[in-house]
Amino acid sequence: MNGANILFYLLAAMILGSGLLAVTTRQLFRAAIYLLFSLIGMAGMYFWLQYEFIAAVQVVVYVGGITVLIIFSIFLTQQAGEKMLVKKTGQQIFAAIAAFCGFALVMIQIVQNNFTATKNLSLSPSVTNIGNQMLGVDKGGYALPFEVVSILLLAALIGSIVIALRTPTQTS
Amino acid sequence: MMEPGLYHLLFISAALFFIGVYGFLTRRNLIAMLMSIELILNSVNLNFIAFNKYVWADKLDGLFFTIFVIAIAAAEAAVAIAIIINLTKNFQSIDVEETEEMKY
Repeated sequence: MNGANILFYLLAAMILGSGLLAVTTRQLFRAAIYLLFSLIGMAGMYFWLQYEFIAAVQVVVYVGGITVLIIFSIFLTQQAGEKMLVKKTGQQIFAAIAAFCGFALVMIQIVQNNFTATKNLSLSPSVTNIGNQMLGVDKGGYALPFEVVSILLLAALIGSIVIALRTPTQTS
Repeated sequence: MMEPGLYHLLFISAALFFIGVYGFLTRRNLIAMLMSIELILNSVNLNFIAFNKYVWADKLDGLFFTIFVIAIAAAEAAVAIAIIINLTKNFQSIDVEETEEMKY
């Protein structure tokens, strides 16, 4: 049991524990903070796997962007200290059963399957390799999906401005 | 305890996915449902990275899919929060069982 293994289990406990708290706590702001810790644990897991670029992207986009956006919208829409309403107990029990059965099914499939690693020489996930392949236009390059995603981001930007700018005068 | 490997990562990923599914089914608040979706997308990212590292270490495709999922999740969160803020203006509530009309 060396330090790396201990770190792995600590990160796993952090991800799963704060993820579970994020979906069960009654206070919305606390749920957002627990989500933040789950995302930070995920970034740590990427560091543990030595995918430093993905870990940095995770910290910048999720921890720095999406969580701040969620907290911002909580402040815009909620009263402070208000507890969330819960669904009926029957619905909660059925949701828990459905989630557990799905989890058991997936884990049975995973344990029965035998994954064999490739014999080829491994390619390091360095920023040089990522950049060369992501913007490459030859075979195996990802230039077209990259452009499509940039169009999608532009469309989402314009769409969210249009949705949020709609004047409330047409209501009532 | 064993040496952490592919199966451990797949266990974490599957557990986080179904935690997100449970949250999505039990929450009534739209922002809380959005948080559950973020958990689900994160578990998918971990799955891609785990397979890329432990099964196809000679390629980088899983990593690119992770980057695209992160970009799409950011776009989705921005649009969802715009809709939620607009809903708050019109209904003064973001509870999914009180906002029943699509058209006003």
